[in-house]
Amino acid sequence: MIKIYYFGFLKEILSIEEEQIEWSEGNSETLLTLLRSRSSFWAESLSEQNIFRIAINKKIIYQTTPIIPGDEVAILPPVTGG
Amino acid sequence: MFWVKIQKASFDDEIPKLDQQIQQNNCGALVSFKGIVRGYDEQEPLSYLYLEHFPEVTEQEIKRILQGAQEYWTIHSAIVIHRIGKLNVGENIVLVMVSASHRKAAFEASQFIMDYLKTEAPFWKKEFFQDGTSRWVKAKETDIEQKKRWQVS
Repeated sequence: MIKIYYFGFLKEILSIEEEQIEWSEGNSETLLTLLRSRSSFWAESLSEQNIFRIAINKKIIYQTTPIIPGDEVAILPPVTGG
Repeated sequence: MFWVKIQKASFDDEIPKLDQQIQQNNCGALVSFKGIVRGYDEQEPLSYLYLEHFPEVTEQEIKRILQGAQEYWTIHSAIVIHRIGKLNVGENIVLVMVSASHRKAAFEASQFIMDYLKTEAPFWKKEFFQDGTSRWVKAKETDIEQKKRWQVS
């Protein structure tokens, strides 16, 4: 299992703040592919332009990174700070 | 002195004390920037903003931005206070204070910090308008262009 958190408008349009999914092995890209395969709406919502970064265990990653069972993954939409 | 604080409360009362603290190292220049919630977005009158962040990660990312500023300019101190939650029009939203020996470093480092806060720090703003509608603010191309002038990743 892994836990996934959603932020900002992604949390709202997908109507989900957090969830747990079965996970054996893979990386940040395979996770996005899996989530996008849920429906065309998920695919569109999680399109490249709607994702700023992925964080694994509260560390932002800058390239494709392995995810292992027990990890907590956050999906961050483009930021609008300051 | 380099630190980051994220809070719900206003920071106006903290400014005089911070102003003193940040000058203790005999600086020659102190730049402070305060961002305020504007009363409109384009033509639409705003009622309030709601700001969400990613606890711990947002702090880490802002510290990384401050480290970036230290790598490019000789600065004595840099502090950031950023507010979250519900913020009414006219309320303060962000404070950046930078002290240095010389004004150029203080000015440029504070601009660098703001440009990176806008585009790299995990904050998400939702606008609530006076007509009862609301929407999440989209990342602005102009902010991304502003950041590019520093030519660092």
